[in-house]
Amino acid sequence: MHNKSVAELSKELDSGKISSVELAQQFLDRLKQEDGKYNSFITISDEQALAEAKSADEMRAAGKATVWTGVPFAHKDIFCTNGVRTSCGSKMLENFVPPYDATVTEKFKAAGAVCLGKTNMDEFAMGSSNESSFFGAVTNPWGLSNGEKRVPGGSSGGSAAAVAARLVPAATGTDTGGSIRQPAALCGITGLKPTYGRVSRYGMIAFASSLDQGGPMARSAEDAALMMNVMAGFDPKDSTCIDRDVPDYTATLNEPLKGLRIGLPKEYFSDQLSPAMEAQVRNAVREYEKLGATVKDVSLPNAKLAIAAYYVIAPAEASANLSRFDGVRYGYRCADPKDLMDMYTRTRAEGFGNEVKRRILVGSYALSAGYFDAYYLKAQKVRRLIQQDFINAFKDVDVLMSPVTPSPAFIQGEKTTDPVSMYLEDVFTIAINLAGIPAMSVPAGFVDGLPVGLQIIGDYFSEARLLNAAHQFQQVTDWHQREPQ
Amino acid sequence: MQWDIVIGLEIHVQLATKTKIFSGSSTAFGAEPNTQANAVDLAMPGTLPVPNEQAFRYAVMFGLATNAEIGRRSMFERKNYFYPDLPKGYQTTQLAQPIVGPGHVDIDLADGSTKRVRIHHAHLEEDAGKSLHEDYHGMSGIDLNRAGTPLIEVVTEPDMNTAEEAVAFAKKLHSLVTSLGICDGDMSQGSMRFDVNISLKPKGSETLGTRTETKNLNSFRFMEQAIAHEVERQMDILEDGGTITQETRLYNGDRDESRSMRSKEEANDYRYFPCPDLLPVEIDDAFIEDARARLPELPDARKARFKEQYGLNDYDAGVLSGDARLAAFFEETLEHGKDAKLAANWIQGEFSARLNAEEKSVAESPISGAQLGALVTRIADNTVSSAGAKKVFEALWSGENDNVDAIIDAKGLKQVSDTGALESMVDEVLAGMPDQVAQYQSEDDPKKRKKMLGGFMGPLMKASKGQGNPKLFNEILVRKLAG
Repeated sequence: MHNKSVAELSKELDSGKISSVELAQQFLDRLKQEDGKYNSFITISDEQALAEAKSADEMRAAGKATVWTGVPFAHKDIFCTNGVRTSCGSKMLENFVPPYDATVTEKFKAAGAVCLGKTNMDEFAMGSSNESSFFGAVTNPWGLSNGEKRVPGGSSGGSAAAVAARLVPAATGTDTGGSIRQPAALCGITGLKPTYGRVSRYGMIAFASSLDQGGPMARSAEDAALMMNVMAGFDPKDSTCIDRDVPDYTATLNEPLKGLRIGLPKEYFSDQLSPAMEAQVRNAVREYEKLGATVKDVSLPNAKLAIAAYYVIAPAEASANLSRFDGVRYGYRCADPKDLMDMYTRTRAEGFGNEVKRRILVGSYALSAGYFDAYYLKAQKVRRLIQQDFINAFKDVDVLMSPVTPSPAFIQGEKTTDPVSMYLEDVFTIAINLAGIPAMSVPAGFVDGLPVGLQIIGDYFSEARLLNAAHQFQQVTDWHQREPQ
Repeated sequence: MQWDIVIGLEIHVQLATKTKIFSGSSTAFGAEPNTQANAVDLAMPGTLPVPNEQAFRYAVMFGLATNAEIGRRSMFERKNYFYPDLPKGYQTTQLAQPIVGPGHVDIDLADGSTKRVRIHHAHLEEDAGKSLHEDYHGMSGIDLNRAGTPLIEVVTEPDMNTAEEAVAFAKKLHSLVTSLGICDGDMSQGSMRFDVNISLKPKGSETLGTRTETKNLNSFRFMEQAIAHEVERQMDILEDGGTITQETRLYNGDRDESRSMRSKEEANDYRYFPCPDLLPVEIDDAFIEDARARLPELPDARKARFKEQYGLNDYDAGVLSGDARLAAFFEETLEHGKDAKLAANWIQGEFSARLNAEEKSVAESPISGAQLGALVTRIADNTVSSAGAKKVFEALWSGENDNVDAIIDAKGLKQVSDTGALESMVDEVLAGMPDQVAQYQSEDDPKKRKKMLGGFMGPLMKASKGQGNPKLFNEILVRKLAG
């Protein structure tokens, strides 16, 4: 069962060959048995999962089943789950059990899906290797057979590793600068960062509010489309969520790609990209040509400014978003504070990890009197230029294609002492968040036995087209079906 | 040396919305601590703000009532600082693009002149919670019921030059926001709080002196005292050749003392930036016109109407029109008692005195305008004397009876105005006081004679069991004693 897709599991449940409770129990057993190798889960919520499975069986018996009813999956531990610990990968929230659900959580519950637990992640989604988690690093299922412990990418590294290791068929992720696409690429799975405002952020613990976006992580574009059918849509509880009709993302998966105009941004095929990686990406583009697409080079002249702008805007927003973790109302509080200032400083010094502290300091600095114009305002101007680059590019092409990462999954510990090299992991993904447009990572080959991702970038609200392009590619390739040994 | 005093005000006005500015929690005052604070108010992880449209409507109404430009595109920013009663670690407020732009309010001064005070801007923001430092054995309690209550902060230009002007402005603003119905105006519950910026400069000088800000004054009286106190403090320093430190001060009204809260150097760097959880708010013509259509009669227009329609003098019209509820009470009184001057006197006299004595608002008055109107009618038609009317008022206030005529009957307060009956009483009383009559008639000084009349009134009122019309008794007495 563990190799089956969401669509296939749904059929099994429909046929009555297995009940939701039986399926959940099978997955839970395997998860507990296998996850020691990966550390991809922070919390396994057996009790709630089995209760949800029981309700799913009742839903099915009552004739109210959806595609998702009884299908197991997992949430990144950034989505609040009523009654189940939500840690965001931090000591600060080590014992935090929210009394409410995120909107995304609510929607999966309403569809009858069975959440097995909460996946590991970089602390407060800050990281590209899943090594900043308070609950320990996650190991990429790829490379393990050679005895190598490689990173799964981050920050949604637990979700990516769990899906790649067949612990769950699908998991939610969030993407602020590449946190869905980069781990999807490094773990050989399919991930989509939707248009900003397409998926509600309510109950999704904020890192950088103007960039954060939840999205699907699964093995195929079809399953990602099924997830989008649940996740997408307006939410009155999120003022930045956009009120716009949600299509059935599975309805257009089989549209032919003939005439699809693909642009290759020349800035994303630079010398930062290893020749072996570039070869895999270009091979994938050739498959699209065989499917009837046309290809041309395009330019995103301001792309090189994206990392600099991002590392002002994201930390600036984070510095304020993380102020609520003060030890007053919930979460970690230092022992025996002498006075208020002591409580604040020690709570935050002890409760946050180094990467989080680094970004709070950077962000506070960028917003300080005397520096605001030079950093924050300048970065916002750059952000508009980057956005305009994409708008211009989409006048001539339907989608852009590029690598997701400069290189495949690296060995744990390799970049932890060099934050800038870690930040460069997201060199091809970050501009997309600044522009607010959607993009996917699709398995597109291997380099040295490690997965390579193809990034497909679309115009605002073009998720259906991206999923269609990915699905058609997955009909003629089998990269997404490869299983780590 | 002669000094010019320069005063500017910042006024926090709590908006009377039913729910908070960014959450659905109730804003009602006085609930058990933290019972009106939901996940958003507690800044639980992942929660997001959703703006309350009514707060924007109220802010726009305020802007229209103060002749201000409305900010067509206003933006919320985060003001970052740590405090236990500030759950998010930042206050969501407006800075660069406030909802209300420059406007002005005219105030009436005691000498009869009018002064224009300019408003720099007014912005929407959320209130913080409250820290409770008592009863927690050395610890502090936090009540977040108030956290997220919508406020408009009104910032004036430094256009006031005396405590009197500042208080007149504050009262005018109170009158405006209560008339608009956008604030309950209850100062004791913190519905309006004043920060006063004060500086002194040599008389006639163009250059402003260094200012101090005295924060969180919550009554007109404290505000007046705090200004007097701060002006004196600054004057002492300057006249001794010292310099004023730019700082924030706290005034203790009970002790008439102030102390420094923080200096400019200690001030926070609030690291304002646009709140990424809230999109800029676009205010269109339709919204503004809708708000305009909701504007009630404003105090200035009401005062003019009271003078015109009821023939009140400037002072009475000013007092009765200033407070929306008092004005409504006055007009309700007039519906049942036509004599406007009499009604005005009773409302400003007995009625206001009793409210003040019992610390009640007009809304809490046990007497309705209709009842007072009925009483005014009975005073005007001579059914009761003013002394009798006070007894009726007392019975109404205490709830002993709610009908004016029934009280008059029950208490036997009806005046006897039958001239024949009164004349025979006068004859009887005068017959029993021959010495006093002789004394009166031999007196030439009219003043002394007038005074001596009082000596007959007592026995007359006694003879009539207090029910004789004193005015008629007086007339009859004068006539009979002359004859």
